[in-house]
Amino acid sequence: MIKFQNITKIYPPNTVALNDVSFEVKPKEFVSLVGRSGAGKTTLLRLLLAEEKPTQGRIFFNNHDLSKTKFEQLPELRRKIGAVFQDYKLLPSKTAYENIAYAMEVIGASDSEIARDVAEVLDIVGLTKKAGNFPAQLSGGEKQRVAIARALIHRPEVILADEPTGNLDPYHTLDIIRLLLNINEIGTTVILATHNREVINSLGKRVITLQDGKIIRDEERGRFIL
Amino acid sequence: MFTLIKRAFRSGWKTLIRDGGLVAANIFIMAMVIATVTSLFIFKEASDFLIAKLQNKVDISVYFKYETAEGDILKVKEEITGIPEVKEVAYVSKEEALKNFTEKHQDNQVLMDSLSEVGANPFLASLDIKAFQANQYEAVAKFLDDPTFNSLIEKVNYYETKPVIERIFSLTSNFNKAGIVFSIILAIVAILVAFNTIRLAIYNSREEIKIQRLVGASNQFIRGPFLVQGAICGFSAAMICLLLFFLLMWGFNSRVEYLFPGLSLFQIFTGNFWWILLIQIMTGVGLGMLSSLIAVRRYLKV
Repeated sequence: MIKFQNITKIYPPNTVALNDVSFEVKPKEFVSLVGRSGAGKTTLLRLLLAEEKPTQGRIFFNNHDLSKTKFEQLPELRRKIGAVFQDYKLLPSKTAYENIAYAMEVIGASDSEIARDVAEVLDIVGLTKKAGNFPAQLSGGEKQRVAIARALIHRPEVILADEPTGNLDPYHTLDIIRLLLNINEIGTTVILATHNREVINSLGKRVITLQDGKIIRDEERGRFIL
Repeated sequence: MFTLIKRAFRSGWKTLIRDGGLVAANIFIMAMVIATVTSLFIFKEASDFLIAKLQNKVDISVYFKYETAEGDILKVKEEITGIPEVKEVAYVSKEEALKNFTEKHQDNQVLMDSLSEVGANPFLASLDIKAFQANQYEAVAKFLDDPTFNSLIEKVNYYETKPVIERIFSLTSNFNKAGIVFSIILAIVAILVAFNTIRLAIYNSREEIKIQRLVGASNQFIRGPFLVQGAICGFSAAMICLLLFFLLMWGFNSRVEYLFPGLSLFQIFTGNFWWILLIQIMTGVGLGMLSSLIAVRRYLKV
């Protein structure tokens, strides 16, 4: 489903973020990317979202070479991917409901579909009562649940979660990870980037460990070893 | 497409309502631009009126020899009327000239006494000629220089009034030139100020635009609400300006008319109402939408 082929990313003048990285992700997999800050986890996810282009190598998404994706085709690609960020990246001028609905509006869903699905997903993330709140009126955990709801509302094929628990306390961390596991169970591929040891060790899923831009370990039922 | 437009309007309108302070600042700046453009329009109309009035006061008079017969004078009048530059020619007979003089100076005893001392009518018959433009009098004067008229004409007062006519001509021409340069500079400054205000407002939204791109929104979808906001701000500013100018023109009308008799600002406003409305809406909506479009473009490259 996703294939990184000899990917190197160098930021000018000569900061090597990724160095000859290759791996594959199969459909419905739950893959964790671990590593210290600056190991290259976020860069990997940014490349997959086509926010950046690799300096060398090719990335395939559903056998489609991302380096050949034109700028006008990017929205179409991104609608197949749901992204969750450490800083939530919610639209501050929209309510929780509107933030989630936005992901459906961009794909051209009808108002009735939006009303039905947003209500459902708000229920899944347990935020029905906070639907009318603006991001500034929500706690960190609630904001992240809105972000996850937005990422999954349009039924993407893959969810990228970049340090989704980075700003959360242990209770909310568990909450979010449980949510991601549920999403994976219903058939969505999940790629989780984190440096949270407890989370990784409790998952028992595939772990790719990065160090200085290189993959140093890729284990089927991995643990956090650095 | 309909859904896209509907959502652009809904989202643009909601953001406007929620972002009151910034919107008010934008409307204020745009209202200033529209006010500048409207002022330039009204100023142009008023100055055209005053220049026309001034030019209307200028004429040249051709005085005929005392013995020239009225029939000959009327023939000359006919010929002069045929010159394309000539707007109108008025014949003043000796008797009319005397009548005009006595009417005008009847209270001046010294002049009246002098007139009765002379005994006969000392005035000459004349033709008062008005040209369309101040710079056309030269051509009329040259026409009258023709030797065929020498035996009939006593004098043409053009050469006496020439400096005044030329002064008016250069004054109005300079006034028009200065007006155009001043208008262009003022309009450019106003547009730049408005453009930068909108750009600053959208700069605050750059992170939001980036998020929208990452969620999979197309550029068209992101641009829509900003264009709607720009248009609504521009339209609101235009309406505020229209009301403001209505009140100003109405309020200052009598004072301006006192200073410049015949010049009615309120009449200029009502007489050109649809033009002014069109200029204001086009300036407001056009500026709002164009600035939004340009400002958003640079953040859409994610």
